[in-house]
Parts: sequence; C-alpha cells; structure tokens
Amino acid sequence: MTDTMLKTPEPSSTPDVYDNPVDEAIAALKKRYPDTVVDDSRENYSGVVVNANNIVEVAEALRDDLGFNYLSSVTGVDLIEDNKLEVVYHAYNIEKGGGAVVLHVQVDRDNPIVPSLVPIFPGADFQEREAWDMFGIRFDGHPDLRRILTWDEFHGHPLRKDWREPFYEADAKPFGSRWPGGSVHRAEEQNIYGKNVQYPSGWVPTGGEYEVETNMYEGVTISRDATPGLKTDKVIVNMGPQHPSTHGVFRMVVTLDGETIMGLRPVMGYLHRNHEKIGERNTFIQNIPYTDRLDYISSMSNNHGYVLAIEKLMGAEVTERAEWIRILMVELTRVVNHLWALGFLLNDLGAMQTPMLYFYIERELVLDFFEAAAGSRMMCNYMRFGGVAYDLPDDVRGQPIMQFLHDLIYDRIPKALEQGDGLMTGNEILRNRSIGVGYLSAEDAIAYSAAGPVLRASGVPYDVRRAEPYSYYEHLDFDVAVRYNGDIYDRFLIRMDEMRQSLRILEQVLPHLKATEGAPIIGSKPQYALRMPAGGEAYGRVENPKGELGYYVTAKRRSSNPERYHVRAPSFINLTALEKMTVGHKVADSVAILGSIDIVLGEVDR
Amino acid sequence: MYGLGIIKGMAITMKHFVATYLDDLRWLTNGGRYYNDEALLVRQSLKGQGAITVFYPEEKLPVPERFRFVPFLVTDEPAAGQQWGQDWCTSCGICAKVCPPQCIWIERGKQPNGRPKPEPEKFFIDIDICMNCGLCAEFCPFDAIKMDHDYELASYDRTTAHIHDKERLSKPISYWREIAPKKAEAEASARDFVKLAKERRKNKKGGEASGQEERMEEAKARQLVYRGKLY
Repeated sequence: MTDTMLKTPEPSSTPDVYDNPVDEAIAALKKRYPDTVVDDSRENYSGVVVNANNIVEVAEALRDDLGFNYLSSVTGVDLIEDNKLEVVYHAYNIEKGGGAVVLHVQVDRDNPIVPSLVPIFPGADFQEREAWDMFGIRFDGHPDLRRILTWDEFHGHPLRKDWREPFYEADAKPFGSRWPGGSVHRAEEQNIYGKNVQYPSGWVPTGGEYEVETNMYEGVTISRDATPGLKTDKVIVNMGPQHPSTHGVFRMVVTLDGETIMGLRPVMGYLHRNHEKIGERNTFIQNIPYTDRLDYISSMSNNHGYVLAIEKLMGAEVTERAEWIRILMVELTRVVNHLWALGFLLNDLGAMQTPMLYFYIERELVLDFFEAAAGSRMMCNYMRFGGVAYDLPDDVRGQPIMQFLHDLIYDRIPKALEQGDGLMTGNEILRNRSIGVGYLSAEDAIAYSAAGPVLRASGVPYDVRRAEPYSYYEHLDFDVAVRYNGDIYDRFLIRMDEMRQSLRILEQVLPHLKATEGAPIIGSKPQYALRMPAGGEAYGRVENPKGELGYYVTAKRRSSNPERYHVRAPSFINLTALEKMTVGHKVADSVAILGSIDIVLGEVDR
Repeated sequence: MYGLGIIKGMAITMKHFVATYLDDLRWLTNGGRYYNDEALLVRQSLKGQGAITVFYPEEKLPVPERFRFVPFLVTDEPAAGQQWGQDWCTSCGICAKVCPPQCIWIERGKQPNGRPKPEPEKFFIDIDICMNCGLCAEFCPFDAIKMDHDYELASYDRTTAHIHDKERLSKPISYWREIAPKKAEAEASARDFVKLAKERRKNKKGGEASGQEERMEEAKARQLVYRGKLY
C-alpha cells in the first residue's frame, strides 16, 4: 500500500456534480439568474419559479446552453386563491432524454402578461394561444394571439376557476342533486334561456350583422408570386370543416396561387367540449372514461398516461401482472392506431377504401380482444390506479385467450404488415405522391415540438419509452424506429417500422403473461371516492401512437378532484408544423400531409 | 420495372377477391357463408378468410360477457302473480356518486318515521347522458346494478323514451344469469362466501385473532372474484 492511495481525495474543483441532467440544468439556471429563478416551495412541486420578465432569457439559456431544446408542454393554471395565473412549461433534453425542467411563471390575475416563447420555441405557438383562450393570459410578442379552441366572439376564459359553463350545477362532482333526493331533470332544462348563459355585450340572439373571423383573414399573408409575368389573383379557400380529408371537423384556411399553397391557417375547436374543465369537475376515477374520448382510436394508451400521472401523485404501486397487461394493451393499441392511420393516409392519397378495409380486418380482431377484456371495443375504460380493471378474459370468440394472442401476434398481424408492404411500399403512385412532399427537417421538428412518428421520421430518435422509461419498458428489448427524410413516405414507413417493433415487444410480453397467470391485477382495493393523500403536481407522459401524450395534474391534499388537469395532446401540437410542411405544395398534397401527421379531432379539440 | 409495385398490389387485391369466393364454396354444403351463426363465428375469428362483413341486422355478433351498455337494476324473481321482484338496490348512492357524467338519480326510500329505508323510491338513468363506462356496476357493493347487453335502444323521440325509470330498468336476476353466466356465478359464490364468513364469525362469539384472519380471507376472495381470474 502506497502513501498516495491513503491520501484523501482532494475536493473536486466543481462541487456540483449531479447524476441527473435536470438537477444540473436547474442548478445552472439558479446560478446564472440568482434573483429571477427560485425553487418552487409548494408541496411536491418540481422545477423552478421564474420571474415573468426573464422567461425569454431563461428559455434561451435552457435551449442553447443546457441542451433542453424541446419545449413539450405549455399550459396555464389558475391560482385563484393567490389571485395569480401561472404558466407551466415542460422542457426536455432531446439528446440525453430524462425528465423535464419545469418552469413556473406566475403573474397577476388581473393583468396577466407573459412574454411569448414563440421566437425561441415555435412549438409554443398553439399552446400559448390555447392558454390565452382558456385563461386569458396575454403572451407579449406572440405573432398571432387569437383564440384557438373557442370562437373569436366567445365570452370569458373558460378554464378560469370562476368561469361557469351554461349547464353549471356545482364546482365538483358528485352533484348533490343526484342522491338521496334525486329528482330527474334534463340538462337543457337547467339552461333556461338567458339565465345561465353569458353573451358578449352587444350580441343579439335574433340575427343582426356580426363580423366574424376578420382577424384571421387579415393575418393570412400573401408572400410570393408563383407565376411571374402572369397576372393571377390569390384566392383564400376554406378546406373544411366538413371535408372528407380532414379526418373530422377541421378547417384549413389556405391562400392559393393557382394550385400552390402560399399560406395555411389551421382552424380547430369544432369538437371542443372543454375536456379539461370537465376533468376538473370530475373526481379522479371519473376522468378515466373521459380520457377514452380524447384520441378515440387509442383509448388504452390514453388511460395509461392518465393513471400514470395519478399514480405518481398518490404514490400507488402497480402489480407485476397489471404492468404486463398494460403493455400488451398499449402495444396492441399502437398497432391498431397505425393500421388505421395508414389506411386513412392511403385514402387521402386516392387509394379509396380498399387498403383501409384490408387493414381493418386485423384491427377488428384486436378490438374483439379489447371488447372481451374491457367490455367495449373503443371506449375501453380499462386501467385503474394501481392496476387494471379486469384480468384477461378466458376466451375471445371461443378461442382460449393465450392461444388467441399467440396467433394474433405471431401470425395474423405480421401477415397483415407483410401484405401492407406488398400493397403499398413499392407502389409507384404512392412513391410519386409522397417522396419529398411535406418535408420537415430535424431542427424544425424539434423546434415545433413535433412528437411521435412525425418527429422520428425527421431523423430524431426520440421515444418516451426510451427517453424516460415508464412501466416495464426499460426491461424490454426494442429499437426506436427512425427515418431520416422527413417526408410523407418516411412517415408512412416509420409507422410500419413501429408496428414491427410493437410486435417484438408483444412477443416478449406473452411469456410474462403466462408466468403471472392468477396473480393480482390491482395493487389495492379500488376506491370509488379516492382522496389524494398528498398535494402537488405530477406530469405523466406516455408514448402514444400519435406522439407524446402528457397529463399535467395538480391536486390539493385530501382533495377528491384535480385542481388542474391538462392534456398535452400530440395531435394538437403536431399541427403547429402543418403550415411549415405544406407551403409550396399543391392543394392535393396538403390533404396527404395532414393525413401523414395522423390527427384525431377528439384530441385536437379536446 | 416501373409499375411492378402496382401490379404486386393488384395481386393482393385479387387474392382477397378470390378468398371470399373460395370461402363461399367451403360453406356451400354447411349452410352457406351468410346468415349462418356457425359460419359467422368462423368468419369473425382468427381463421376468417375473405370478406369479414357482418350483415347487421340479419346477422348479429354475440357479445362477450363483459360487454357493457346502459345499466339495469337487478331484482329477485317476481313472485307468482306479481310483476316486479324485490330490489337488490339499497339506495346507498355509490353508483350515483361514481357516475362520471352523473346520469343516475336516486330517491332514497323513507320509513314512516322519516328515517331512510334501504330501498330506492325512484331510480332514473338518463341514457342520453350515460357513457357506458360501467363504473356503477364495478363499484356496486350489492351486485344490484349491472351493465346490459341490449344495445338496440334507438328510438324516434328522445324526450319520451330516454329517461329510464325504475320499471324500465328493473330486470330479474335470471336475466343477468342468462347474459353473463360466468360472471353471475362468480358473484353469487362471492356473496355466499361473505355470508358464510359472517355466520361463522357470529357463532364464534369470543374469537379474537381468528376473526381478523377470516375477514382478510374474505376480502381476498372477494377481490379475486371481482378482479381476478373468475371475473
């Protein structure tokens, strides 16, 4: 033994060594902005509180110097007791993965002005508009701060705690009128005309001239002349909301020069029902069936994200079998969703119905399984806090369950993918229509907060299942599918790749399901009236088939309703990049580009 | 060769086209491919080939036991000469409290002295609001509300037919046994188990630790029946 080995190690010159990039980034921010960035002192709150005037600098430092270059979620919170409004930002490190740096900005409730982050993170565009719409937070410097989910003339900001909906009955469910003295009434009977509804001043219900959407059309810019030398007029065309290519009620206001798209404004909200307000009225368990109705193609994954957030908040343990069942359901959902998405993409490209219906055959089989397990084909309502609602069924259409799953995963779905490949991958028409169309570069995809297949088709291998593993994903062997061209064709191919990876995961899940047969599927007895043991905030995110689905939930200690319930909907945020992808292409291409993003309006409009 | 991809795709379409006719031939001697329950089940299973269409309403797919649609109230078998049996519902209100869209209205019964009677006076479900989530049936401690399998509720006038009252909702337990035999059996055995355990505890009067153990066992059995394999 030498003397040098006995020497105590000298204190390192940099005492701040963090095992976690989030802590490191927060420490760096606090060091650099000692007065403006402070720890959030509330119970179970992560992240920091930032002075509103400095948020742009802080965000810039976060993006450029600390590597947190992906602003995933922006949302408002009404802190009515403190007479404040809060904006919550979740930023991620796209290269290193891991958790979020959470920034809270608090402003006065009567004059809420926050500098816009759109110049730093263009992906904040729609989300800031949503926060303006719902909370009335003005984002200074936002290029186009209009309402997004409600209409221009809407009165008030619905997610403020003191705003009441026309069918308002009470602040929280369960409503006292239901039991023990329940006298039945229809909701519309409560909305006696004029008594419970607010209209903007000057609005006359019986007609009268009313100018609508003037702002929107003013904002549509005419940027370049596509055909020099030829005198042409630019035309503004409303595509949708009733249009078969929009996958629901979605409108694209396009400025055309001939057939070329010069500008595009998405208009949404036709399916808006304020899911989040409903969610804040609901008790925790009542929200589970409502999440089914967000992205109704993949309700199992929606359930998963929500129960993850609540489990974080209440600190519930999930049993082993329940975790495997969850992964089984979620990955089958991914297959179902991508089969659907590709079928509709082909539909948009003019391959009317045929490939879509071929894909439906396998989708129907999976839905049969969901129906046997959960009781419903699409509105599954299957997951509970700490587990799942029911064990796997004994059989599906007369076939023993494990046999059914085995045949499905090893035989039917692989064959369907092979068939899809043969039908489409080499098809010259498809290739001509899609290669090089709707290009989104990797930098833009990150900047616009694109998620899921849209992000990965642009060459960014970011998958929540790998970046911040939840459930048992870290024990599973699969690759993050990635493609590099960022066009429609790659977004098509990546969905095929992801389905293959899902099959790989499913193959690994089956033996575990067999091994855990008969084991408990839920950690504790489910409670119909759950009270949150501790207050705080939680953000549960999952890799939904359409991208990162996040639930931001805050609750007070002993409360039975969430204080704030926000959904980071991937379909909605992926639309931010739609204009970028579409400008310069033809009208017919815009339909295909929208199809390649794969939106579901239930989730876009919420 | 340019166009090969299209030809390859066409071949797949052709395969699908032929498969349906081949399947037709296969069922020719067994009662036909359509309007035949046996053929329908095969067509809809993993072994199905060709077109999988179900000709609703002439053909109807059987629904699994867990299938859930608008709830109904379980009653005893009606006694001879009576239209309704005894309600299982005790009007505890758990279903009304857990219901996400709040579509259940219960008026609790009252005894002559004004104290609550464990029986619903009135019970309404507005099926326009009901989202068929099944939470009421899941959390009912008395197995008194169950999800129905009857999904054909379309009507011409929602204002007259869509608020189901107690008469419309009540169905005898035999109906539940018929539509969900395995589930009904499991629930019945759980109820029996609880009853037996209670009786045993009563008989054992002074039992200290054993009572606790039994209660735990009982809870476990209930858990298993409601949440586990048998369900």
